[in-house]
Amino acid sequence: MTAPQKPEGFGLPKLTYRVWKVWRRNFDVFMKTFKTNFFPPLLEPIFYLAAMGTGLGALITQSIEGQSYIQFLAPALVSITIMYSSFFECTYGSFVRMYYQRTFDAIIATPISIEEVIAGEILWGATRSLIGGAIVLGVVAAFGLISSPLFLLVLPVAFFAGLMFSAIGLCFTALAPNIDFFNYPQYLFITPMFLLSSTFFPLTLLPRPLQIFAQAVLPLTHTVNLTRWSIFGNGELSFIPSLVWIAAVTPVFFVLAINLMKRRLIR
Amino acid sequence: MPEVLIRAEGLTKKYDDLLAVDSIDFEVFKGECCGFLGPNGAGKTTTIKMIHCVLPLTSGSLAVAGMSVSEKPREIKKMIGVAPQEENLDPDFTTITNLLVYARYFDIPKSEALERAENLLKFSQLEEKRNVVIDQLSTGMKRRLILARALINEPQVLLLDEPTTGLDPQARHLIWDKIRSLKKQGVTIILTTHYMDEAAELCDRTLIMDSGKIIEEGAPVDLVKKHAGEEVLEVDYDEKVMNMLKEKFPDARLEVVGERIHVFTSQPHGVFTSFLESFPTKGAAVRAANLEDVFLKLTGRKLRE
Repeated sequence: MTAPQKPEGFGLPKLTYRVWKVWRRNFDVFMKTFKTNFFPPLLEPIFYLAAMGTGLGALITQSIEGQSYIQFLAPALVSITIMYSSFFECTYGSFVRMYYQRTFDAIIATPISIEEVIAGEILWGATRSLIGGAIVLGVVAAFGLISSPLFLLVLPVAFFAGLMFSAIGLCFTALAPNIDFFNYPQYLFITPMFLLSSTFFPLTLLPRPLQIFAQAVLPLTHTVNLTRWSIFGNGELSFIPSLVWIAAVTPVFFVLAINLMKRRLIR
Repeated sequence: MPEVLIRAEGLTKKYDDLLAVDSIDFEVFKGECCGFLGPNGAGKTTTIKMIHCVLPLTSGSLAVAGMSVSEKPREIKKMIGVAPQEENLDPDFTTITNLLVYARYFDIPKSEALERAENLLKFSQLEEKRNVVIDQLSTGMKRRLILARALINEPQVLLLDEPTTGLDPQARHLIWDKIRSLKKQGVTIILTTHYMDEAAELCDRTLIMDSGKIIEEGAPVDLVKKHAGEEVLEVDYDEKVMNMLKEKFPDARLEVVGERIHVFTSQPHGVFTSFLESFPTKGAAVRAANLEDVFLKLTGRKLRE
């Protein structure tokens, strides 16, 4: 009656509207603890802007590409929040749901497939980036640090960069033997990005090889380029390479994450 | 002829170097309660997981309601309810929300879901725990909620993987009652268990598995009669008693278990009682043969870990 089932190979995921049901589950949990999810991310950028922008910035009298230090810093803070929100949601958060709570097992016993569960997790991670990015953007605006009418483009940037960081995070989750494993990406991937992606100083101050490295492989560099362009855009087309970079990398990691997770969970 | 709901032919599941399910054939009929029994690692849970389409088959075929598990997983999962062995309720939600969120996974409209959830809370006697987070439920309550959750899509087939493991007798009996009432409603039930009394109590038919193969199948009563007879005599071990038993019951199967001798015979009811009247033996007890005797005879007494 049935042909023997081929072991599932690497492939493009088949997704339906059911992805949103997974997203909705995470959204419902988020809304339950709305206050704890909302206020700390609101306060953190205020501390950063106060300490590094006004404090450290007072020592930096030189302008950076026509911006004061605090103006230079502001889009970086938005971008760092975008990165943290989705990456941690899809590493620690997803690992807890997958491994400790067995939430994925419970969901795939229903008509929802494992591919849709993972896609839902990625969409949810991107949503976290959107929420986090929007909060920090609000703070930056309140500090009067916005000078481009296109600043609302930060929101789609947050969502799409969030998709990218979520997908990368889930690749690590698929490979993680235990939760301590995330120390590797956190200290060897996230922290270097936090420091070296034209966040606290312009890339041009780095030695040439490091500059190339930051441009070629650090997703945060491109996220910062895009948010900085949205907030202080001067009509130049400097954002295009970063847009292309993110648009090229995101689908690759999206498909990779789903396949790696399938390999881990469906054996 | 009863209608076949699930049919497996040459069903095989192989992991890297482990043959978990080794080319088994079986059928499950509509409306019956079918038990999968077997020691740890026999392949019961693997079989269950293949039925509800979360584990791909290595080879062979498996169809539920005429649909192949590899071709129509969504359609099959829609008609199946699963109560897994490991507790996987959603700890981020309350009792009622667990049911409602699960209903959403099945595309059940909100008002319908709420009505079903309230009924299921009543059915599983969890009405008082409606708004309590999962952490605060006892093990028995969690098992009942898992059962309720498995029923949210009004399944035609219910898969219960060790539904009462770790429960106290009160909680077990409550689950048994629920399973019986579901059977009465016509739900087809597949049950795995380590408790032979549970299988004897609930199952119309049992399949005994060991090392990935089905080694025996039949109604519990028939299996007991076939493999363990009607009554079992147990006496304290003693060389002389052993010899006398051998002489008295030449066709019997004598098994030494620890410090006791178990005597199995196909002779009718009462044969041991009359023996004990003429030869009172130390520590003697006659008891009805049961499914556990069958199970241990077929799968051996060696520990499986």
